[in-house]
Amino acid sequence: MSLDIKIALVGNPNTGKSTLFNRLTGLNQKIGNFPGITVDKKTGFTKLVDGKTAAVIDLPGTYSLYPKSNDESIVFQVLADKNNSSYPDVIILIVDASNLKRNMLLFSQVADLGIPMVLALNMIDLSEKQGIFIHIDKLAERLGVQVIPISARNNIGLDKLRQAVTNTNKISTQFTAVDVNFLAPEAINEVKQRLNADNDYYALQVLHQHEHLTFFTENDQVEIEQIEQKHHFESSKIQAAETIARYKHLSTILSDVVIDKGTANKFSFSDKLDGILTHKIWGFTIFLLILFVIFNAIFAWSSVPMDLIEQAFGYVTTYGHEHLPAGMLTDLLLDGVVAGLGGIFVFIPQIAILFAFISILEDTGYMSRVTFMMDKIMSKVGLNGKSVVPMIGGLACAVPSIMAARNIENWKDRMITIMVTPLISCSARLPVYILLISIIIPSKTILGIISLQGMALMIMYLISFVAAVLVAWVMKVIIKTKERSYFIMELPIYRMPRWKNVFYTMYEKSRTFVFEAGKVIIAISIILWVMASFGPGNRFENIDQKYATALTDPSKNPDHTQTLIATEKLENSYVGILGHFIEPAIRPLGYDWKIGIGLITSFAAREAFVGTMATIYSVDGGDADSATIRQRMESSVNNKTGLPVYTFATGISLMLFYAFAMQCMSTVAIVYRETKGWKWPVIQLAYMTAMAYFAALIAYQLLK
Amino acid sequence: MKLSHLKVGETGTIVAFTDLDMSVKLMEMGCLPGEIVEVERFAPLGDPMAIRVAGYQLCLRKSEAEVIIIQ
Repeated sequence: MSLDIKIALVGNPNTGKSTLFNRLTGLNQKIGNFPGITVDKKTGFTKLVDGKTAAVIDLPGTYSLYPKSNDESIVFQVLADKNNSSYPDVIILIVDASNLKRNMLLFSQVADLGIPMVLALNMIDLSEKQGIFIHIDKLAERLGVQVIPISARNNIGLDKLRQAVTNTNKISTQFTAVDVNFLAPEAINEVKQRLNADNDYYALQVLHQHEHLTFFTENDQVEIEQIEQKHHFESSKIQAAETIARYKHLSTILSDVVIDKGTANKFSFSDKLDGILTHKIWGFTIFLLILFVIFNAIFAWSSVPMDLIEQAFGYVTTYGHEHLPAGMLTDLLLDGVVAGLGGIFVFIPQIAILFAFISILEDTGYMSRVTFMMDKIMSKVGLNGKSVVPMIGGLACAVPSIMAARNIENWKDRMITIMVTPLISCSARLPVYILLISIIIPSKTILGIISLQGMALMIMYLISFVAAVLVAWVMKVIIKTKERSYFIMELPIYRMPRWKNVFYTMYEKSRTFVFEAGKVIIAISIILWVMASFGPGNRFENIDQKYATALTDPSKNPDHTQTLIATEKLENSYVGILGHFIEPAIRPLGYDWKIGIGLITSFAAREAFVGTMATIYSVDGGDADSATIRQRMESSVNNKTGLPVYTFATGISLMLFYAFAMQCMSTVAIVYRETKGWKWPVIQLAYMTAMAYFAALIAYQLLK
Repeated sequence: MKLSHLKVGETGTIVAFTDLDMSVKLMEMGCLPGEIVEVERFAPLGDPMAIRVAGYQLCLRKSEAEVIIIQ
């Protein structure tokens, strides 16, 4: 595909930017990272009117070029750097037609950078229904750009928009909105000279933001800093003056362009709904009900596709072992790579369902009401109303949730959210909980309806929430920052969800998970496979020799012998040796070396614990190879004491360990990626492991 | 008078800000001197609050509304 032109989409949040992006590009999208920065970069392709192919780059939504969050800082970073691979030939600036004045602030800033642009007035059908009329021609004439009324949601005006982009000149036509030179003439002129630039506004933005711009050399940074200090450049004051000047200009431009006959009606429906949805009692009741529906959906709806995926991967493994030549390579491929892939794909249904719900709640405008209602509670423990989304998401998987923490502007709030999200019991803990609960808690009901096992499961989830809140509070006290926490957010009016957007979000998040976390999980699976398949010296050969006669003995069940070999080999593998090595450390928690092996193999992903236990406890039940893992584990006894391994105390201790321990390489990897360093993932790994160890220790010692 | 002192349904005109850093953020969101604001509602726990400004709904904490002086 030859690429003829690059288009960037820029606009405020809630203006329908994603809808327009999806409309223009369809499924023809890919996600990567902006060069040198770990922020998602969505790129798609579209055909223009003259048959040329255009790359469309979706930049994060922002209210101004002055960034408040990581994501927002990308916008200027891309628009300021001509060498950036995303630097556009044309900008489509999208605004909400019913809220023109505030939306135009960003237009006027971007226009002054001097890149060719087209203005798209979105939701034009909606605003006309509300009684707001806009003189398109007058506006275009006053701005010096093409103005195209569209409705991305209803597919109106998109051909005209494509036509307008095709017509755009290589040289920008827009008039300068505000001559910013007067704000800091000496500093601006000196920066222009130093960087060999000709745009005043570019120079002014560089003065404000250069610390966050990664494309400058160290030398550039030092010199810009010197210019700043020499002329006593007061960033906040100048920003305030600029914003006022821009609004003043916009008032002139927009006077007799917008005729508003009925803004008052616009909110009546939203207002009524808010009366209920943010009501003291109904608001929280409805929120809890919605949460309940989401949990139920995540667990109930995902079980069928998850089973299918597991069966499919099981089938591939069995079929592969039967038909591929037996040997090391086949084993690595099937038991390392395919098993690892299975462990990733099995999460797709849960992630897809969770993000379908999150996307519907965000699309309708309800999610901002949730953050509005929860901010007071969350801010008490050092979080933010916006932390609610990642924390709910943590119930499915910490990886996409930590990614979702990006829209928290405040650094400290965001860090604390990232640090506590993995404490929320994710879906990978569920198989471990279910297995252990079925062993240690009798399957009885009390009062006729309440299942003891179900209650135990719920308590595990509650413990995780309490732990997350407590740790957040401790971190609020410990972490010091000069930055002030604030919460200024638009409450969009309620709208119907756009089902296409919901579908795109599901698809996109699942794909990001498979590719981002997948790499790490596969790598760890292979390492663990190697450690579990090899032992030092000739231990493995000795085991083979030991059972050689038993395999040919017709009086012995060959399957049983094979399991005996597998178990003995696992015990003598590097993983097994490590399990024995850590036994002294985990004995106070009530564990033996076999559980130790499980702890090690489940470091990559918690659910690996179940599979490891299946292999390792396959013998203790005597000739019960066909029994389920649960029965094998229940009947297993400690070789030294002769007592059962899985007592109530051990079970509780193990569940607490799995509730708190990091035990997830993917989360470590994603935290590294999001915080751009090893400091935070290491702190997180350390505190969570310590918490897990001591909680398990105390529980076992009290209960044994 | 501070914006945070208004009751639900009351309106006022923004005259000034007492905090420079916060004023930039608020102005970018449409809270400009001369704009009329109306208090829409308070969150169920009393904070933050939702106001109507520049044709849309904005929510902010009371501590942030405190820096906005109104008439």
